[in-house]
Amino acid sequence: MNIKWTALGEVAVVAFAVGVAIVVIFAVGVLAWSVRPAAGADRRQAGTLATVAAGLCFLACALIVCYGIYLIVPQLH
Amino acid sequence: MGNWSFLVVAVVITALAFDFTNGFHDTANAMATSIATGALPPRIAVAISGALNLVGAFLSTEVAKTISGGIVNDTLVTPSMIFAGLVGAIVWNLVTWVLGLPSSSSHALFGGLIGATWVGAGVKGVHFSVVTEKILIPAVASPLIAGVVAMTATYLAYVITQRGRRQEVTRGFRAGQIASASLVSLAHGTNDAQKTMGVITLTLISAGVLSHGSGPPWWVVTVAGTAIALGTYVGGWRIIRTMGKGLTDIESPQGFAAETSATTVILASSHLGFALSTTQVCSGAILGAGIGRRLAEVRWSVAGRMALAWVFTLPAAAAVGGVAAAVAEQGTVGITVVFVAAIAVAAGIYAVSRRNPVHAANVNDHPTTPIMSPSQASA
Repeated sequence: MNIKWTALGEVAVVAFAVGVAIVVIFAVGVLAWSVRPAAGADRRQAGTLATVAAGLCFLACALIVCYGIYLIVPQLH
Repeated sequence: MGNWSFLVVAVVITALAFDFTNGFHDTANAMATSIATGALPPRIAVAISGALNLVGAFLSTEVAKTISGGIVNDTLVTPSMIFAGLVGAIVWNLVTWVLGLPSSSSHALFGGLIGATWVGAGVKGVHFSVVTEKILIPAVASPLIAGVVAMTATYLAYVITQRGRRQEVTRGFRAGQIASASLVSLAHGTNDAQKTMGVITLTLISAGVLSHGSGPPWWVVTVAGTAIALGTYVGGWRIIRTMGKGLTDIESPQGFAAETSATTVILASSHLGFALSTTQVCSGAILGAGIGRRLAEVRWSVAGRMALAWVFTLPAAAAVGGVAAAVAEQGTVGITVVFVAAIAVAAGIYAVSRRNPVHAANVNDHPTTPIMSPSQASA
């Protein structure tokens, strides 16, 4: 019997790191986006900062999604 | 040989029927949580999932070189055994569907083939060490890994967005769910449609219709892709309800965390060389998302029934496949008997399902589970 324990371990570690990272980045983005209108009224700068932060987070997630599509579609390899 | 015998036609038809059940059995994997949280309306969700499964079928170029991935000795497998194995897999998929239980379609297919090979070619035709490596270990590992990732991700998602405005947070995660659910569907299409293509192509080769080493002809790719997409679109609403509403009450941050975790685990496993079961990964991720949110109730009785279905999938499909093989090996009459019996069983199960139909309109109602508390009944 030849069970690839190392490969299984790798899958667990990589999936944990990447999966948790994406959700954390997206959650930070959602948080920034949701506090944005409140800050925008009298502290416009804070509002802009929140919007930019949210944008960066969503951009990072979009890039990871693109990498995911690249992995799924064999023609891109 | 070299022509379309009755047997070859029977294998192609049952392979497509299996592909169809594969599709509607697995719609829930990608779309259950999106439908449950309202990220996508039910009809739209299954339409997107079906379309992406079709796209995935055309994208997957690397069609399986062996029917079973080494679980049975392919040189001993005859077309009538493949036929019997497919019948076993279809019957088990329909039984678990009518019970609303997500179970792995690949395990059903492997189980059916194991049973059919065992009866048709003897126990030496089954490679039990490969069964351990490719089925038993992943069956334990898939839900565990996905569950831990989803639990951690869900917990962190709630902690991080605690101070955000609830309505905006819910909307944000719902939008994210559309992307994560779509990725699961695409990955599913590239993986599962090609299994059926492989079975059909290898049968055609063994019957001499195609030359050795040839890839699937365009019509095989088209009909296999269409069968799985149609199955997905028809939607296994019973299973969607179990996964979206039965296991735990899903909110949009949990749905996003569950789908994202499932996608990463599936992609990591297919690219680092340890194949995990999509169904079990997705179920594990939903459970993990349930545990990760404080005060969320996980209905362990539903999880328990699901786990029981997983344990029985392989032996049950093997038993049906074995009986079918014993009959089908008797020649054309035997194959006809199995064919008619399979259609009768499918019709019977469909008739049972009509007594308590689940469809797009009532998919988000709570299933009646023994432990349902009054607060959930009114929710």
